[in-house]
Amino acid sequence: MQINSPRFKERATSEIANAGLQKALVRTRPRFPASRSAAVEKLPEFEQLRDIGREIKNHTLANLDFYLETWERNVTNAGGHVHWASTADDARAAVLAICQRVGAKTVTKGKSMISEELAVNDHLEKHGITPVETDLGEYILQIRDESPSHIIAPAFHLNREDWEESFRKVHTGLDPNRVFAERKDIMAEARALLREKFLAADVGITGANFLIAETGSSVIVTNEGNGDLTQTLPKVHIVLASIEKVVPTLEDATNMLRLLARSATGQDMSVYTTFSTGARRPGDLDGPEEYHVVVVDNGRSAMIGTEFQEMLRCIRCAACMNHCPVYQTVGGHSYGWVYPGPMGSVLTPSLIGIDKAGHLPNASTFCGKCESVCPVKIPLPKLMRHWREREFERHLTPGGVRSNLALWGFLAKRPSLYRLVTRVAAKTLSLLAGKKGKFNALPLASGWTKGRDLPAPEGDTFFSRYAKQQRGDA
Amino acid sequence: MTQTATRPRVALFVTCLVDLQRPSVGFAAIALLEAAGCDVEVPRQQTCCGQPAYNSGDRATAADLARDFVEAFSGYDYVVVPSGSCGGMLSSHMPHLFDDDPNMKARAEALAAKTFELISFLVDERGMTEVAAHYNGTVTYHDSCAGLRELGIKSQPRTLLASVQGLSLVEMKEPEICCGFGGTFCVKYPDISTRMVSDKVADIAATGADTLLAGDLGCLLNMAGRLSREGKAVKVRHIAEVLAGITDDVPAIGEATR
Repeated sequence: MQINSPRFKERATSEIANAGLQKALVRTRPRFPASRSAAVEKLPEFEQLRDIGREIKNHTLANLDFYLETWERNVTNAGGHVHWASTADDARAAVLAICQRVGAKTVTKGKSMISEELAVNDHLEKHGITPVETDLGEYILQIRDESPSHIIAPAFHLNREDWEESFRKVHTGLDPNRVFAERKDIMAEARALLREKFLAADVGITGANFLIAETGSSVIVTNEGNGDLTQTLPKVHIVLASIEKVVPTLEDATNMLRLLARSATGQDMSVYTTFSTGARRPGDLDGPEEYHVVVVDNGRSAMIGTEFQEMLRCIRCAACMNHCPVYQTVGGHSYGWVYPGPMGSVLTPSLIGIDKAGHLPNASTFCGKCESVCPVKIPLPKLMRHWREREFERHLTPGGVRSNLALWGFLAKRPSLYRLVTRVAAKTLSLLAGKKGKFNALPLASGWTKGRDLPAPEGDTFFSRYAKQQRGDA
Repeated sequence: MTQTATRPRVALFVTCLVDLQRPSVGFAAIALLEAAGCDVEVPRQQTCCGQPAYNSGDRATAADLARDFVEAFSGYDYVVVPSGSCGGMLSSHMPHLFDDDPNMKARAEALAAKTFELISFLVDERGMTEVAAHYNGTVTYHDSCAGLRELGIKSQPRTLLASVQGLSLVEMKEPEICCGFGGTFCVKYPDISTRMVSDKVADIAATGADTLLAGDLGCLLNMAGRLSREGKAVKVRHIAEVLAGITDDVPAIGEATR
């Protein structure tokens, strides 16, 4: 996927002015947090579960080689095939090779963020294979040639009129006077069209929410059932998953599942939770003839042993972005790559480089809401601060910021000089503001005064007044 | 209020914003601490807690300032600060600046353990349940992020506000959502910050309150600036000013002087 993260600031500004996006955000904004909090209230042990989830992931990451090898052995024992991919290129090549070997013309796809990261669709199309997104949100984005703006609700940025307009434009051959009165009319039309695609597909590609070492299974959760049709109807099922998706046991997976849907949509469980273990066995009623897992590193193993290892606990629930006031203001496309919101602001620099993704960990007020809802307690603000430190060390922090910090640091180290300078500044500003008590504009403070007045200082500094008071002449 | 036999020696960390922008908050803090039975001192060598450097990735400068800070504030029973943000910096973050320096880390941890944000100190440590202040007005209270999420400040300000004669509190729909200040964030990303504070201001206005209070001057300046830009006649004050009963003597933040 094209990297637009260096233009975060400009993109955010234009998204703030985008009436359609703002309408969608305002409408959707309260929903996920309200349902999450209702789901959490119903489960008294939820806070303990967060600790359990964190420990499961920490333990797995500390023994990642062991669990991945165990998982691989059990996939193979169940008749499946594991393809290791260190890079995005390796992963795309592995997917393409499987599709070409079976002569695939169309490929159905369940929702998968790693597929976005790897740009699998572009690669397949380039080689004459048609990918068909079957998650309703991903389907509309494919029609509109857009990328997801949210990791679990990819069309978060769209309004119903956008859906209707796109369906009328692309689904030619249907009654032009048909009415989309409700959401279910949109779903019914998509369902009818997708049914044919499900039946025609040669290969089905899904992601995985978890890989289970103990059994060699992959797990997906969906609300539409499209994932199940994608992975059971075609002859070949390809699972795309990154290395940190593995958990040791079935029981660990069920603990993680108890956290996932509650944190994500506020459901106790997603409508469909499906475990896939190997290909169809003799006597099975359905299932693919071949089961492949392309397991992708693409920069993740380099995070192990660094301060960013904790980010690999992420289970992609989206609670952080659902609760992030910055995400909810600028929308997911502003972030300029695959993963938006707080989790993206930590993960993206690891995957594409802090030189390109520098804005992301800076565009946070450190309000801490994301960390407070994260099901595996990733300290997202702390990790964003670590990225700022890496930037500063590598002299990527803008020169103006560095020189301001240096000047301020110089003064703050010298209390007497600091008192003098702050006193002059406070008195000058106070005098300049006069009786108005504020500024509408001030040279060097346009970042502040563009959208706000600047309240003027009271007058003299605290320390000056306090010293006078102590001397008894105030 | 609990009265200890000896009056604790409290060092007031004024904060750089209060020093520069609004000294009245510092004097209000002293008055409240004295009313809570403390002897208050203001260490002369203090400047800033180093948060701007720390949050900009300049760990070396932050650690350098933190060393001076620990030096300036050692030897007191408590360190009290009229800001949740600076309080969080001192009690949650500063010790980590010395992860590779066990001696300094121990000193920073000892300091962190006796550092408190003003309002939570009054209520939780000094057992204060009421103040002798009077304020004629309907106020709404913004829960600043660091105070709320790093220090657990939520009920304490409301407990004390409930005791102010003539004051009624009306809550915002979402008092816990960030106002968009975020330290240097507000000038690095002014458009995002302005959008966030506009939403906050709409929530404030919807309460019908005539006064907005909070415990952090940064957030207050941000919200006051936006309220003023939108022409909304809401007075903005640090909660300590109301609790200390000095509002007749000091105009609200950004308010015209007579």
